[in-house]
Amino acid sequence: MLDRRDFFTKLGLGSLGIAAAGTIAFYYQYLSPNVLFEPSPIVNAGRAENYTVGSVTLDVNSAIYLVRIADGYFSLSAICTHLGCMTAWKPELNQIACPCHGSRFDREGKKIEGPAPKPLPWLKTWISDDGDLMVDRSAIIPPFQFLRV
Amino acid sequence: MPGTFASYLEKLENSRVWRSIFRSGRGTSTLHNALAIQQNVFLHLFPTKVRKRMLGLGATWYLGTLTLGTFIVLVVTGVLLMLYYHPSVPLAYSDVKDLQFAVSSGLFLRNLHRWSAHAMVFLAFAHMFRVFYRGAYRAPREFNWVVGVVLLLLTLLLSYTGYLLPWDQLAFWAITVGTNIASAVPLLGDKIRFLLLGGNLVNANALLRFYVLHTVILPLAAFLFLAVHFWRIRKDGGLYVRESEPGVKAKKTSEEQESL
Repeated sequence: MLDRRDFFTKLGLGSLGIAAAGTIAFYYQYLSPNVLFEPSPIVNAGRAENYTVGSVTLDVNSAIYLVRIADGYFSLSAICTHLGCMTAWKPELNQIACPCHGSRFDREGKKIEGPAPKPLPWLKTWISDDGDLMVDRSAIIPPFQFLRV
Repeated sequence: MPGTFASYLEKLENSRVWRSIFRSGRGTSTLHNALAIQQNVFLHLFPTKVRKRMLGLGATWYLGTLTLGTFIVLVVTGVLLMLYYHPSVPLAYSDVKDLQFAVSSGLFLRNLHRWSAHAMVFLAFAHMFRVFYRGAYRAPREFNWVVGVVLLLLTLLLSYTGYLLPWDQLAFWAITVGTNIASAVPLLGDKIRFLLLGGNLVNANALLRFYVLHTVILPLAAFLFLAVHFWRIRKDGGLYVRESEPGVKAKKTSEEQESL
């Protein structure tokens, strides 16, 4: 049988527990920003015909590669899958290389060497109505589904 | 007739104002000396008595004290650097450059802050190695070792958060890499990274969060754990004396009882 003292002790501790849980939820919500002033994931990469066949072009502002091959275009994320550094295209090696920890990839994003756990992701690429190449950095597609022209 | 300096000092030390602050008063008796330590808010963390030999270089190499010394240098220089530094994307890099080239003694203060930070990490490790190899982490000092590990983590986190503040290429990529390491935590990793950065990118929110962590949250936590760390030295029986040293073991138990 619960006496009055036990009842009030449990009531008090229970309320404190609820208040503590509410405080954690409050802090979590406060620390997660609701509005972010971050750039749009969709990038306009300019006129498609500006990219010459065989070229690999890095856009440092959006961290994507645009690759022009004989029968089309594709784009890769330039963010190393190891720890997020921005990679660079090395034309003399015909490779993509990460300066941070030495991962290397071929132009299709496949890893050649280094600590990167995954290949560079392929990004959704299309040509807008105005003839501009568009890339959605938030949309990862399976490899080798390139944009045929 | 003019008195000697000593007589003025005696008069001062017996005055009502002096005695209201330093209650133990004049005297060189053991009691007076003990009270002078016990009744001081800062010194009361420490033991009232220490073995004279433990104050020599050989006993500790002063590694813990030196670590505290670098921490004090870091607090003083850090607060001074804050007077010229704005934690905002357009200003942070140029403020650090101004500190280097335009502010009087800015270069000196920044370098002092930087080198003290390196020294503090080195000294904290050296202190821990010394404590470990002497066996001073063993009972009854296990908990103080744990407090020391927390202090080491706080030291490393202070180094890491301070790394971003110059807002240069090195800072940006170091924090990119570091927060990506945090995102490797199972299940919660991406959330932790998002909360650390205040977004998905190393950007204005991340700079401000790291600044607040570096200048407020982590130093306050370090102060708190430092106080516990020093107080525990007293509670755990003073500085560690190796039992194999001659003449120590026989007296140890009664002395330890006293200092508790």
